[in-house]
Order: sequence, then C-alpha cells, then structure tokens
Amino acid sequence: MADLSIDLCGLRLEHPVLNGSGTFDAIAARRAFGDPLLERFPFSAFVSKTITPEPRAGNPPPRIFETPAGMVNSIGLPNKGLEGFLVHDLPALAELPVPLVVSVMGTSAEQFTRLIEGVAGREEVAAVELNVSCPNVKSGLIVGEQPGETLLLLREVRDLTDKPLIVKLTPNVADPAGIAIAAEEGGADAVSLVNTLKSAPIDPATLEPWLGAGRGGLSGPAIGPIALGQTSAVAAAVSIPVIGMGGIERGEDALAFVAAGASAVAVGTANFRDPLAGERVRRELAESLAARGLESLEAARGRALAATTASTST
Amino acid sequence: MSGGNGAAAADRVLAPPGRRRCEVTGARDTGGYRIFTVRDGDGPDPAAGQFYMLTAAGWGSAGGRPYLPRAFSFATAARGEGGVELGFLLEAVGPGTGVLAGLEPGAPVELTGPLGRPFSAPRELNPEAAGAILVGGGIGIAPLAVWRAALAARGVPTRALLGFRDRAHSGGTELFDCSEVRLASEDGHAGHRGYVTDLLAVLLEGEDAARSAAVYACGPPAMLEAVRRMCADRGVACELAMESPMACGYGACFGCAVPLAGGGYMRLCVDGPVVRGEEIETALVAGAGH
Repeated sequence: MADLSIDLCGLRLEHPVLNGSGTFDAIAARRAFGDPLLERFPFSAFVSKTITPEPRAGNPPPRIFETPAGMVNSIGLPNKGLEGFLVHDLPALAELPVPLVVSVMGTSAEQFTRLIEGVAGREEVAAVELNVSCPNVKSGLIVGEQPGETLLLLREVRDLTDKPLIVKLTPNVADPAGIAIAAEEGGADAVSLVNTLKSAPIDPATLEPWLGAGRGGLSGPAIGPIALGQTSAVAAAVSIPVIGMGGIERGEDALAFVAAGASAVAVGTANFRDPLAGERVRRELAESLAARGLESLEAARGRALAATTASTST
Repeated sequence: MSGGNGAAAADRVLAPPGRRRCEVTGARDTGGYRIFTVRDGDGPDPAAGQFYMLTAAGWGSAGGRPYLPRAFSFATAARGEGGVELGFLLEAVGPGTGVLAGLEPGAPVELTGPLGRPFSAPRELNPEAAGAILVGGGIGIAPLAVWRAALAARGVPTRALLGFRDRAHSGGTELFDCSEVRLASEDGHAGHRGYVTDLLAVLLEGEDAARSAAVYACGPPAMLEAVRRMCADRGVACELAMESPMACGYGACFGCAVPLAGGGYMRLCVDGPVVRGEEIETALVAGAGH
C-alpha cells in the first residue's frame, strides 16, 4: 500500500486528510459517538472551528440551504471567544489523537495578535490557521481579498510564533494566486483553499432570502471544479505547501487535488453526510494510488500543473 | 451561546461512529403517510426521542438533490434476530422524503444514529406527575408512539392527543394501541374538529390537572409553540421534540440553531431534539420542514 504520510510544514502527519475548519466539531462528535470516535479519528490533524476574540452567538436561523450537490451555510462563527476556548475547549481538543490546528479570525492586526499569542503559546496547539475572510475595521477591506492587506497582516503577526501559520484563502477573488503570493511573502508556512463561495439562496415560496442572514457560502461537490482550478493556480504560484479542499467526497477527488499541486487535502461538507467520510477518503486515496502503481503522494503531486498552467508564466 | 446543556438531559444512547448500511424490511402506506422499516444489524437500542440521519440510493443523483441526509425520529423499534428493526414515518414533501417514500423491501438505506437527547421520564420532568400527556401533530406523532410504548412498559399511564390537518395529511394512528387516544382534525374527518391543542386545554383545566401533568409534544412549529405557551401559562412541565434544518445530526454543521430563552442558540442535534419548554425562546423555528 502506498505511503500516505506527509510532512506539512514540520508537522509529521500519518496521512494527508484533514478536516476543513467549521465542518467537524470533535467535542460534539464525542458526545454523540463516545470514545470509539477517538479510536477511528478520521483526520490526520484536527482544524478547529474559527475562534474570535470575544464570544459570538452566530447568525439567526435559517442557517443552511440544500443545493444541487451541495449546501449554502450562513452560520456566523458561533464560538466561545478566546478565553472560553482556552478554558473549555482546548483541554478536550488536547485529548484528540492527532495534532491540533486552531483557526482564528480578527478584525484588526491587534485582534489577530491577541488570538495568535493566546493559542500559539499553548503546547496543545501545533499550528494556527488565519481566517482572513472578514473586514479589517480600519480599512474596511476584506483582508483575504487584498494582497496588500494580507501581506501587512502577515508582517504584523509572523514573528509572534515559531509554529506554522496557515492562511485560509477565499475563492471570492479574481486572482487567488496573488493573495497566496502575498501570504508567502509575509512568511506564511502554508495556504489552505478554498473557503466557501458567496451565495444568496432565495426561498421559492416567498421569493425572499432563505437565510436568516441573507447571504452565505456554497460548499460541497458543486464547487469541486472551481476549487481544483484555484488550487492548481495557487500551487503553481507559491512554493509553500497548499492544503486543497472543495467538495471532496471520495479518494479520487482527493487525488485530483494532489494532482493539482496540493500537499494535503481537507474534507468538509462530506463530513455532514458521513462522520467517518475522512476515513473513507483516506482509504480510497491509498487504493487510487495503488491502482495507478504510484508508491507515494509525491509521485502524483502536481501532475496536472504543467497542463493547467501551460499558458501562463509561472 | 452555542453549547449549553440546559436542563439535565436524560441518558442518551451513543451511536456507533459513521454510517451503517441497513436493508429495508418493509414498507406500507398508512393513511396519507408512508412507513418503512429497516434492519439495523449493528446499532444499539435507541431511546425514545432520539433520531437517525438517513440517506438512500438516489441521494445526489439526477438533479443533485437530495444531497444532505434527512433527520427522522423513529416511530417503532423492536429488537429481533439480526438487530433492531426501526420504523420511520414520513410524508413525501420534498426530494429527500420523496426518495424515502419510494423505498421497497430489499433497498439499502444508510443511517447514522441514534443521535441526540431523548425524552425524560415524567417524574424527572415533574416530581408530582401522575402520568404523561402526549400531544402529536402530523408525522410528529412518530416519537410519541415509541415513548408511549416505553411508558406503558413501565406502567406509566399515558393519554395521547393526536391532531391532523385533513384526511390526506394523516396516518399512523395504529402505532398507538393505547386505550385512550383522542383525535383532532382541522377538517373534522376524525375526532374533534379543530386543533389538537383544544384537547390539551381541556385536559389541563384546573389546578390539580396542571400540577400533576407532564406534557410531551411533537409536531409542526406552530403547534409546538401553542403547546409551549399553554404549558408556560399554566405552569405545566413540558418537553418538545423539535425539528430544524440539519445537515449533519452530530454537532458539526451548526445549522440547526434554536433560540435559547436566555439569548443565544442551542444546536438542536446535540442539545435536543427533545428540549424543555422553558429552555427555548420560541418553537417557531425558521426553515423547519424544508
């Protein structure tokens, strides 16, 4: 069987299948499934739901809408805030059998600084993912939609920790590679993509917005080809590892992201359909490699890059 | 805040992690509804009020919907050779229920469960409870049928009040074999013409009746809210088995938010689906039944 282990910016992982932030709550899942979940934990590293400096209740319902081959969500980042996370959630997450990546979001460099200092200083935390899909209160610009804002933020926070900083990229830009280049220039250790695509479902009965908050983000197999396109564009543009995600349901989907240049992949919406989707994706990925006579992920990684970027200079 | 456990929850039965493939063992019409059974060979005996997430062949195929699993309380559960036979009551109202209503014996179903917080015993709900009053509306009668059977086995007297819109939107009353079932229908085709909450109001008349009551309700949001308010006004303890748009069933998606009485939201899948009336701000959950 092919060797699936990877080194992701210094994290030695048994296989390349992570979870997307906000698509698996390991604490709630343990309430539902008990300790057998820990024995069959589906991911090689666990990415937490995004935490913010202060507690958030989240958006008014309805929060989800089923679409063809996917769903729109508008959850609104409910979380216990930094202090609540450190006191209540971190001890439970430290019991997971895999490294912990904590996702954080602030609205200013000062907030990000407080968050990164708060979590990266804890030995239970292996890496930090920066959710930059929200506005900077000073500029009013979405940090992750502007290369300049992304670079400025990374320069402010890079030296706060030696632990890996992963920047979660939004797909809602014309040139995600430009944002990734800025993140790399600012010292990011890896980038992950894609976040959800901006959406606004309409209630067919009332012709009003379906979601309580009006707008949300699309995920699931419906966005797979878009995510693959952006992953290959980003992978061709940066030399730091890329964590690819977007509609991964099967091992073949994960292998396609690897071919697009991803070093690791994340399963998101598929977790909602099957709590052990990640375990199945890993198994099928190994089978897919073996069926092709490939002995490692590296043998497949980036295979699609030459073709998809042939018309651009890289 | 997301999370809080609220009132002390009854012991939930834990689900094995992951989905299990089960086989449909029977399917039949009941009034305007459909009921099918599956044999769950590897699952535990669920507790009344818990639910399962279901998918079947046809999920994610032509047209891409249904995509997400659908949450269903079980209407029957019987352990036999080969596992637990679980029955699910449904009405075909959308792409998911449409597929499930067309299942025939031998078809595969994938399920995850049992999930969530079950009903509490009447004496846990109200130390002075003399029995249980079950109030069901439409296909919401399903978990109450199981609860009634569980209570009867413990010798707890129950009275069931079941309401339906009209003949086409009714069925499943045979799941209640108790001596005292009272029916209501909005079109008057069966029992009292009007709402099931009219029958509840009669049962709760008088201080003694209210003091010794424990009410369990499941049905459409408007019915649940009427029950919740009636019980709150009379100081009657009640539990509601609720529904909310739910992608995962185990706390991952945060979609099934229900507003808490003290502000913030609970996740209905892990902190419910059975909730105490006083825990929530309203039972009028937006988007339920989609």
